Amino acid sequence: MKMIQRLLAAAAGALALATPAALAAEAGHHPADYDFSFEGPFGTFDRAQLQRGFLVYQQVCSACHSMNQLHIRNLGEEGGPFYSEEYPNPNDNPVVRAIAADYIVEDGPDEYGDMFERPGRPADRFPNPYANPQMAAAANGGAVPPDFSVIVKARHGGAEYIRSLMLGYDYEVPEDVRIGPGQYYNPYMSGGVIAMPPQLQDGLVEYADGTEATKEQMATDVAAFLAWASEPHMEVRKKMGLMVMIYLLVLAGLLYAAYRQVWSNVKH
Amino acid sequence: MSGPSTYEPKTGVERWLDQRLPIVRLGWDSFVDFPTPRNLNYWYTFGGILTVCLMIQIVTGIVLAMHYVPHIDYAFASVERIDRDVNFGWLLRNIHANGASMFFLAVYLHMLRGLYYGSYKAPRELLWILGVVIYLLMMAAAFLGYVLPWGQMSYWGAMVITNLFGALPLIGTPITEWLWGGFSVGNATLNRFFSLHYLIPFLIAGIVGLHVWALHVPGNNNPTGLSIKTKADTLPFHPYYTVKDGFAIIVFMIIFAFFVFYWPDALGHADNYIEANALVTPAHIVPEWYLLPFYAILRAVPDKLGGVILMFGAIGVLFILPWLDTSKVRSMRYRPLGRWFFVFFVIACLGLGWCGAELPDNKVPVLGAIGLNFLWLGRILTLYYFAYFLVILPLLGFIEKPTQRPASIEESVLGKGKSDASASAAPAE
Repeated sequence: MKMIQRLLAAAAGALALATPAALAAEAGHHPADYDFSFEGPFGTFDRAQLQRGFLVYQQVCSACHSMNQLHIRNLGEEGGPFYSEEYPNPNDNPVVRAIAADYIVEDGPDEYGDMFERPGRPADRFPNPYANPQMAAAANGGAVPPDFSVIVKARHGGAEYIRSLMLGYDYEVPEDVRIGPGQYYNPYMSGGVIAMPPQLQDGLVEYADGTEATKEQMATDVAAFLAWASEPHMEVRKKMGLMVMIYLLVLAGLLYAAYRQVWSNVKH
Repeated sequence: MSGPSTYEPKTGVERWLDQRLPIVRLGWDSFVDFPTPRNLNYWYTFGGILTVCLMIQIVTGIVLAMHYVPHIDYAFASVERIDRDVNFGWLLRNIHANGASMFFLAVYLHMLRGLYYGSYKAPRELLWILGVVIYLLMMAAAFLGYVLPWGQMSYWGAMVITNLFGALPLIGTPITEWLWGGFSVGNATLNRFFSLHYLIPFLIAGIVGLHVWALHVPGNNNPTGLSIKTKADTLPFHPYYTVKDGFAIIVFMIIFAFFVFYWPDALGHADNYIEANALVTPAHIVPEWYLLPFYAILRAVPDKLGGVILMFGAIGVLFILPWLDTSKVRSMRYRPLGRWFFVFFVIACLGLGWCGAELPDNKVPVLGAIGLNFLWLGRILTLYYFAYFLVILPLLGFIEKPTQRPASIEESVLGKGKSDASASAAPAE
């Protein structure tokens, strides 16, 4: 019976843990391992890195990739790249306001029924670079650039996948892969064929904090930013998790002591 | 419930209530004084754990429904809004989504416990059947719930499952279209799935009531499988099992919390964070982990209708299990052969889960050298799954020679010829 108990426990554990790994097994190169600051149970985002990553997104990615689920205010909310304790309400945060004002947003209809354009506000969503998916497809050789809101959660390998993909253009094309016009070889992409041309080159952006904008640096930073965009509450989640775990462990200890006490006078 | 009630109303209010609606008496007899075998191990804590799981799903679900929008154009965004902008919405959704997995983890252990100790045998056949009904409803609720976020796996999973009904001859197409509310999985489908997803948990709660009722008539089975003979075999449910279940529930909550707070997306599929797109089929469509064994059984048969029949048969066979097992002995503890067949059954179920997660043509590690792919492994394991119920258990009752069983639960705990003075004297009243 002991053995069966152990078998069962091991099997339950294995089922719970092994299935996602089995599901994650996809064709193509496995993303290169990288130690992001937000990994692990106590990992947090590196605020400076998020700011750099946002710059890459803003100046490079956002030309084609939407980020529909995010509002500009998110940048200044707790845990966001530009959060400041001075401005708990991101609508007051001057950095966020300035970022918002750089966007031109369509609003309306006004009192005469006309749509009009105005500078963005923190409450606005990040504007979509294309009016509709058809336009996005037409401008990109038939492939719609995926939305970035949850891209890190939507790909096996998460941020490491994004980072590897951005740096994955320098591989030789294997003989069995056919690359059509407007296509590129990238072994991290499922199937190895990607419609997005290589985007990053050394010195493409100029970081405000003086960090050298190498390809690797930009790929890492933008991957970190997108990880934040996919889950802006990650730090709160982990922080709360620690308190919950401590609480549950103490409670389990107390209940075990109570259990021993209650059962001390009976054999079972 | 079993035996005369020992409840004595002590205050005037209690007496007044007891003469009109004896609800306190019911609670007292069911959960305080209820005589419970003294030898229940931790495998018997999953009933309590499952009750907690159901309550967690209902409470988080009701709040999530306040923010969710069951419309194909807004569902995905509304779930993202829950994660991002609703206060503690990310927590609620993590609990609800991982709660489904925890629910199934617990129910599988609960069912295997019942299989091992023969808890489905007379006089507990209806108890077991009600449990299988709950399990069926859980699968329906889980499937419907998985469709609601309207991601790629939601949409294509709904497509695959609803199309199964299309395999039925003649009525297949009309039934499928009736389920869809249209000619494909669309807005009408999502709407009704949401409605049914909200309904089913309350059906489950109702059947859980019957399940507990059916439990409290014959009383708990126990690891020896012996029936209760004397008062010395039992302990009152409270405080002995309230504290033991309480401890087990909290240990289970620690595992639950680990997933919720540290690995929330581990049990889901990345593709479900891509909004549903009818024009792009995912590379391979897989159900959630808890349905994978049935997916493997479905795929084991080359014929679609055959696969569907076999898949539903895998659950259907559980309904008649009490009459398939011919052994006079309940507990596998005293069944030297049955015990090993049970171990292989557990391995077969896990193996089927594995097969369901892999592409059928992929080679099985190690065994792939002799040409075994997951399709054939799935077929072999499917065969064993059915053989266990339809051949092994019916025949084993005639072949197997059970080992020596103790005379009573009391003897199994205390050894022969002794009695536990403290227990029979003090707490049983």
